[in-house]
Amino acid sequence: MGKLFTTYYLLLATFKMILTQQLILGLLVGGLYGLAAAGLSLTFGVLRVLNVAHGELLMVGGYATFWLFTLWEIDPFLSLLGVGPAMFVLGLLLYAVLFRFVVRADEEARIKNSLLIGFGLTLVLHALAIQLWTADERAVTTAYSGAVLRLGPIAIPLLRLSSLLFAFAILAALHLFLARTRWGRAIRATAEDWEAAALMGIPVGRTYLLAFALGTALAGIAGGLVSISYSISPSIGMEWTLKALIVIVLAGLGSLFGSFAGGILLGLAESMSVVFLGGPYREVVGLMLFLLVLLVRPQGLFGTRP
Amino acid sequence: MKLVVTGILLAGGFAVLPLFTERNDLLNLGVQIFLAIVLAQSWNIVGGYAGQINLGHAAFFGLGALTTRMLWVGDVPLVLSLLAGALVATAFGCLIGVPAFRLRGAYFAIGTLGLAEILRITIGNLLPEISTIRVAELASYDILPRYYLTLTLAVLCVAAVALLVPSRVGLGIRAVREDEAAAEASGVSALRHKLLALAVSTAFAGLAGGAFAYYHVSYYPQHTFSPIWTFDAVLMSFVGGVGTVHGPVLGALFYVILKEVLALQWVEFHLIIFGVLFMLVVLFLPGGLVEAWKRARQAIARSR
Repeated sequence: MGKLFTTYYLLLATFKMILTQQLILGLLVGGLYGLAAAGLSLTFGVLRVLNVAHGELLMVGGYATFWLFTLWEIDPFLSLLGVGPAMFVLGLLLYAVLFRFVVRADEEARIKNSLLIGFGLTLVLHALAIQLWTADERAVTTAYSGAVLRLGPIAIPLLRLSSLLFAFAILAALHLFLARTRWGRAIRATAEDWEAAALMGIPVGRTYLLAFALGTALAGIAGGLVSISYSISPSIGMEWTLKALIVIVLAGLGSLFGSFAGGILLGLAESMSVVFLGGPYREVVGLMLFLLVLLVRPQGLFGTRP
Repeated sequence: MKLVVTGILLAGGFAVLPLFTERNDLLNLGVQIFLAIVLAQSWNIVGGYAGQINLGHAAFFGLGALTTRMLWVGDVPLVLSLLAGALVATAFGCLIGVPAFRLRGAYFAIGTLGLAEILRITIGNLLPEISTIRVAELASYDILPRYYLTLTLAVLCVAAVALLVPSRVGLGIRAVREDEAAAEASGVSALRHKLLALAVSTAFAGLAGGAFAYYHVSYYPQHTFSPIWTFDAVLMSFVGGVGTVHGPVLGALFYVILKEVLALQWVEFHLIIFGVLFMLVVLFLPGGLVEAWKRARQAIARSR
């Protein structure tokens, strides 16, 4: 009898440890979900366009970081300071060539056309990435990649922790920009009501351009962090777009920290599912949540019924 | 009328092709073209005529393939297995159609994409083993029945859409696409017409999947649920001319042949070309190649 109890408590302790470990890993990856979602939510909220190529932009940022490190041994966290602005420029270009034509339409056609354009962009970026960089999986491996922080039996990968903190810092900086600067105010006003904003003399077209480029830069930085803490390949795009969409559906639009919290929530939900259902169903749990929320709010994310 | 004659001639040409050549690569190319036509045309019913961007088309293709393959390998006659595949795909379509059509525009698109992904991942987990046809079948494998089966399906699918579109139901479906509120006000039930379109669309997607299961010797069950099938269908329909009968056929021919020609040098290059064409069509030429052809002919006629 006593022996049975000992076994039971031993099992319970092991289970608790596994759960804690998984929850910490979920928290760490959740921060990146949040960062990816924040970029998508910015373009969605401000321009009312749904760029389903967001995950592919993330993938491009990941490759930029990877090659800067592999070819010139630039520290990945340092190179993000360059990848971010470069992706910003790419965002400017994409807006000028593609999305500029989409925002002219009325709201319903705008979302639908942007979805189609994003879809085309997805295929092109994916195929280009396979041509240029092969379909192999890649990851940045630095001298400090294996380092872990040990808290008793729990191990926290230092790199993932730094990525989480980096993501949070980027969002905090963006929050300050949106809250304190003139252009930040213009973006928020346009998000709320673009017609009123236009009447107040805000150049809506340029605000759209800025918001789109910022969203692209956020995707790029998120991709860089993914290539540091996890791995990238040309086909990760759709998975990350879906993750960002799930977070947006869970957390709603309009708040950067809301996206961050939503991302962490998704990360935690995934790690719970790993413990209770097993690893293979990790992705399914998020998608199920996503469909449920969509069904409860079929009018979409802006809260108004058509 | 001219289009009907062209269609019949094209189908007739494909039907007699095996009399003149025994080259397996040509016949295989034919099978791919016919499957692509069914895939694009079936997507076009919901995506083009009903105006609902369905990004979960692969789920129905996959369900058809899965059902047909399981039954056929288990000694059920082929025709019955194919019909069962179509039935399962349609049943699933009707089941998810009611909740899914509550979603509008882009939300319908991402909702169906999410649903198809759930199915793909689950099937990948449940059936991780490669599926191969029986040894007896393998020994007597002949491309000809596959060729004629897929050709028949393509003809049936195009004919079904051609007959459906001018009918009362077809008019209702298009009315719902143009203005749902106005259609409802005229007594056309939006949900019923969308569901009907989805039922026809998923039946043909299921048949295409079943034909794929009959055609391919071995593949991973998860592969038939891959979003590639959806994406191909969307590309072919849009570039050819979405919401027309001949557009998806043209798109499918163009797509498969381009893919075949380019595959020798650059595996994914056809996707880059079609991706760019697709974006151009969405932005500047909503009628696709069919529209471009019409405009070009008008321009020539005017200049005379």
